[in-house]
Amino acid sequence: MFTSLAPPEYLAAIDHEKCIRCKRCIQNCGWGVYSWGGERILIDTSKCVKCLRCYHYCPTEAIQILDNPVRFKSNAYWSYHNIRNIKKQAETGGIPLSGMGSDLPYPILFDHLLLDACQVTNPSIDPLREPMELKTCLGKKPSSVAVERGKDGRLKLKTEMPPQIKLSMPFTFAPMSFGSISLNAQKVLAMAAKECGIIMNTGEGGLHEDLLPYKDNIMVQVASGRFGVTPDYLNAGVAVEIKIGQGAKPGIGGHLPGEKIPLQVARTRMIPVGTDALSPAPQHDIYSIEDLRQLIYAIKEATGYKKPVSVKIAAVHNVAAIASGIVRAGADIVYIDGFRGGTGAAPIIIRDHLGIPIEHAIAAVDDRLRQEGIRNEASIIAAGGIRSSADAAKAIALGADSIAIGTSALITMGCTVCGKCYTGNCSWGITTQRPELTARLDPEVFAERLINLMRAWNHELKEILGALGVNAVESLRGSRERLRGVGLDTQTLDILGVKPAGM
Amino acid sequence: MQVAEKMKVHEIDAKGVYYRDLNEKVRQAISRGEKEILLKNVNGQYYIGDGLRGGDVRITIEGVPGNDLAAFMDGPTLIVKGNAQDNIANTMNGGKVVIHGHAGDVLGYGMRGGKLHILGDVGYRIGIHMKGYKKQVPVVICGGTAGDFFGEYMAGGVLILLGLDEKSGKPVVGDYLGTGMHGGVIFVRGDVDRERCGAEVGITEPEDGDIALLKEYLTDFCGDFNLDIEGIMKKGFKKLTPASLRPYGNLYAY
Repeated sequence: MFTSLAPPEYLAAIDHEKCIRCKRCIQNCGWGVYSWGGERILIDTSKCVKCLRCYHYCPTEAIQILDNPVRFKSNAYWSYHNIRNIKKQAETGGIPLSGMGSDLPYPILFDHLLLDACQVTNPSIDPLREPMELKTCLGKKPSSVAVERGKDGRLKLKTEMPPQIKLSMPFTFAPMSFGSISLNAQKVLAMAAKECGIIMNTGEGGLHEDLLPYKDNIMVQVASGRFGVTPDYLNAGVAVEIKIGQGAKPGIGGHLPGEKIPLQVARTRMIPVGTDALSPAPQHDIYSIEDLRQLIYAIKEATGYKKPVSVKIAAVHNVAAIASGIVRAGADIVYIDGFRGGTGAAPIIIRDHLGIPIEHAIAAVDDRLRQEGIRNEASIIAAGGIRSSADAAKAIALGADSIAIGTSALITMGCTVCGKCYTGNCSWGITTQRPELTARLDPEVFAERLINLMRAWNHELKEILGALGVNAVESLRGSRERLRGVGLDTQTLDILGVKPAGM
Repeated sequence: MQVAEKMKVHEIDAKGVYYRDLNEKVRQAISRGEKEILLKNVNGQYYIGDGLRGGDVRITIEGVPGNDLAAFMDGPTLIVKGNAQDNIANTMNGGKVVIHGHAGDVLGYGMRGGKLHILGDVGYRIGIHMKGYKKQVPVVICGGTAGDFFGEYMAGGVLILLGLDEKSGKPVVGDYLGTGMHGGVIFVRGDVDRERCGAEVGITEPEDGDIALLKEYLTDFCGDFNLDIEGIMKKGFKKLTPASLRPYGNLYAY
């Protein structure tokens, strides 16, 4: 029955008794699962990705999306996906792609770390009634500060502070380009960033003019394709980021296929409509830390030394030494993306098998920078699969200054982490450029949801800090004494700099 | 009166001046309205012209400027009276850079507009990921020879390699010519060895329209260096274009 010998992953089923033939499912599905057969809805279940758009928009709950019970014989070694990928590759000769971060069951260290709380001997703080400081400044900090008395007799800072990004909470939105996500999705991020007093990041796709009203809440990115990069672009936001790598696909470049480059995307990236947008794997002007320094300062020259420069890397084996080099090269911020980090498209083989978890990377980088006495020279943004404010708090306790969230933000827009972003058919209007799909994502409506999420996480973070008996996120930063490990071996605990629970 | 205005040259002595201070002096001069600037005794200072705007600004450089000359530049004309180093015209958006000598590696990286004219030889990885956009067509012309990876990942614009010093006997271009090319056009004077090219490149004879275009670009180039265009055009050119605009279209399984 199927043209492919890889059975479909999901079964879309309609209860035709309940179905009122309103055809909303046909209209809503971006994948073409449903069609009208004259009397009833027809289903091509091989196209279903279980994004649940149809389910939510069916007025009579007539639709069910099931995991296909017809799978290959279960085998503890040969997983369903191993067999399926081989069959797909045998049929196409191609590299299987996926969106989102790796879903393989590697150990999740966040789930083996627990935070401390105050009992009896040290008072906890109630954040509802007492001030709690979550404000975070990203950028180089001087190693010492001098103060002087002003004319009014009051003390003021004499040391000139390097440029800082001021965040009202320790979060930023992860870079996602216009092209990988829709302009409406970018607008959601920009609106929420402005409302929450944080920043979003353009990714490597240029800055659309519709985002200019939010420029005080935007970090612009420069990567190997240099799409849309002009002097105006570099100066448009509050900071500039050089992207070296991405957690989901360390060491490989980007490839936005021509099909996903309609007029607006082409205009923003400043390339012709319909050509492939290739971001080469390396930036060919950066082969060394010295070369990186050259680009960092080329950007600082072009922005009059007024914008902090961030360097984004994937968490890889030698991340600590690399981060040290980045800081010494003059970066104001080091952005580390763990291997669980999301993507619009990555070869599955790369996504699932390259890089290291963000938890190890934060601890290793924070340790190394402290040992070398340069921790103040740059802020650390940690990212790569932050699922909750608890993950964020643990990452901050391990040594991060701020957390970048991508997937969690997309989930507020309707994303169900189906992982099919690379197809450009997203029925929720997020990772698509098809106008009939992107029109569904009303920026104002969904910005409200994202603002709600940030507000909730902010409250939760305050509750966590209150329970820890501290009144500022600064007091949790790098405070690994407030973490304990459960079910972790001695070596992992050593790397994390965390004691086992009970000690 | 206007002519007299144009003649006014603002001189800056770069001897022993730290690059940051030198570039700040240049920026200040431009913001004061200086149009014609002469930098004397330049000796390796980085980032000259970085991020500068203004199509009517002309900066003449005496000495050897350092890396990242004209990075992110959008408008001005830079004239280097000698050799120059690496990373010239990095992500340049508009303007013109003229080098009266040799230049180094990674020139015109991600360049989107403007012109880069080099009289002499150039190094490796020239014109990587050059791209065109609407009326913006970046043009890089090298009078001498080039190293490997000429026009790698090229996505748009025009790269012209002349190999004018035929007596040198050096190969005009290195290996991996146009590897990953998916847009734009490369013209090489003389013959091109297929084995030196990337798999993504198609080699053809230039058509009449191409010759007219070449003449237009080379007239400007010859004007900068006082060269004889007729002599240059006597020898034939090869035209290199991407064999496919989607070289990696069938790479993935969906």
